[in-house]
Amino acid sequence: MSALLSVGAVTVLFDGVTALSDVSFDVNQGELLGLIGPNGAGKTTLLRVITGVVRQTSGTVLLDGRSLDGLPTHLRIRRGLALSQQIVTPFCGMSVIDNVALAAGAKKTASPVKALFHTRRERELKIGGELLARLGIESQANESPEIQPMGILKRLELARSLALVLRLLLLDEPLAGLNSKEARLLADTITEINRGGTTIVLIEHNLGEVLRVCHRLVVLDNGEKIAEGEPETVMNDATVRAAYLGTGAAAQAGERHAAA
Amino acid sequence: MEYEISLATTMAISVLFALSLNMITGFCGQISLGHAAFLGVGAYTSGILAKAGVPFLLTLPLAMLLAGALGVIVGFASLRVRADFLAITTMGVGFLFVGIVRQQDVLGAEMGISAIPDTDMSKLAFMLFAVAMAAATAVLSAYVRRCWMGRVFAAIAEDEDTVRVMGIDVPSFKLTAFALGTALAGLAGGLYAQHLKFIAPDSFGFIESITVLSMVVVGGIGSVIGVTVSAAVLSVLPSWFQVIGDYKLLVYGGLLFLMMRFSPGGMAALVTRVFHPDRWGAK
Ligand SMILES: Nc1ncnc2c1ncn2[C@@H]1O[C@H](COP(=O)(O)OP(=O)(O)O)[C@@H](O)[C@H]1O
Ligand SMILES: [Mg+2]
Repeated sequence: MSALLSVGAVTVLFDGVTALSDVSFDVNQGELLGLIGPNGAGKTTLLRVITGVVRQTSGTVLLDGRSLDGLPTHLRIRRGLALSQQIVTPFCGMSVIDNVALAAGAKKTASPVKALFHTRRERELKIGGELLARLGIESQANESPEIQPMGILKRLELARSLALVLRLLLLDEPLAGLNSKEARLLADTITEINRGGTTIVLIEHNLGEVLRVCHRLVVLDNGEKIAEGEPETVMNDATVRAAYLGTGAAAQAGERHAAA
Repeated sequence: MEYEISLATTMAISVLFALSLNMITGFCGQISLGHAAFLGVGAYTSGILAKAGVPFLLTLPLAMLLAGALGVIVGFASLRVRADFLAITTMGVGFLFVGIVRQQDVLGAEMGISAIPDTDMSKLAFMLFAVAMAAATAVLSAYVRRCWMGRVFAAIAEDEDTVRVMGIDVPSFKLTAFALGTALAGLAGGLYAQHLKFIAPDSFGFIESITVLSMVVVGGIGSVIGVTVSAAVLSVLPSWFQVIGDYKLLVYGGLLFLMMRFSPGGMAALVTRVFHPDRWGAK
């Protein structure tokens, strides 16, 4: 397997606070990689560096061997990245399906001129409808996101990122806020998406589901990579156990695991 | 009859001007407190060229071009600053325009430019022309809103960071909104100069910028019909009620404040709320 994404010695400082320190790892083509670690470990920041929302202090990010450094966010997305954010960000001024259709219209929104000369969106609405159905939220299609519970919004966030032309899907806690049955269903959907050929990086606190679906894990703690490898091996690692026990996140994760 | 024709011309120009700001503030969510400066750029360009012998109809595209080009430059400011700061920046641009024009003898300085030559159109024909331009702008606005550009504008107005993460080039869309909106303001300015035959720096100052913003907000930010109606009504009020003309800033500023406070979606949202209480979006 070859590396689709390469994170090389990435360091991020936020006014003196080290959010990430010299983190390196590869994401292989076709893989479902779990990125775990206690709250504040730097996971979200790492995804932001990959998408270019946050610029690293040093280090580089390669997609397919080509550097993404210096590229604005929208061009990285157009190279095949998609981000489903931890804090959901639906557009509340449009319906649920319009949110997804907007993402599906990437070809028509490539430039203002293209966008000005295209009005039709049957194709995008069809894609939107299919994605909503796939995630089981098609009955909310014409409602406002404003009135939806978190479980629906999490799936809308995922549907919207799936509507992009994508090769590498970055998921930031997609299962948070779902009950254990919903979480299991969504984790299954994520596995299916991965089997369909999409490489995925999954940040998730629900360790039960992480261990069930991920091929490999990378563990961050305090901005540093403390472990990487097979899920079983990593979870038995003394450093990883210590990191989790130190924060109470393990208790939380254990609870969720027990509930599932 | 002459009075009615003149009034209808004023209304048409105001509608066009308000729709031009609606493109930037209503559709794309970029606040501007200095939009009258672009009306001024259009008015001065058209007026000066007309006095130099350029046919009136030819001055209009040039007025649009210059206003649009300056609009893009101001648009660059919107790429760098957040909403509250953009309000200050555009206000500054408005004051800068008036300040510069006041100092330039070629632009008539304080005295402004007078005796702008007539076109070969009759007063009636000119009124119909202004109405046609306003109508064309309304049609263009309605089209922009329902094409993909309008969808992107609406998303940018709501949350531009998320639009970026969807792979959309937010800066070029914002600049396009500024280019379109300010070029149309330039067109309104050309008509304005020709209609009044006389322009001076004060016609394009802060008060005018607030007036046009209140037209957009009262009509319902983004609503083409709402903004058209509110601009038509608000533009004739000063000629009917002397007192409004005397206290323009107070009246329009107050209106702006009341609308923002009690019905942020403007009259369009009020109408929707009354007639379609089941619908969630005002637009
Ligand atoms: N924009 C920011 N400015 C300052 N500090 C930040 C910013 N974003 C994140 N941090 C800090 O960086 C660290 C890592 O945060 P984050 O990446 O959100 O962790 P995680 O997603 O693993 O919970 C935290 O200490 C957080 O407070
Ligand atoms: Mg996080």
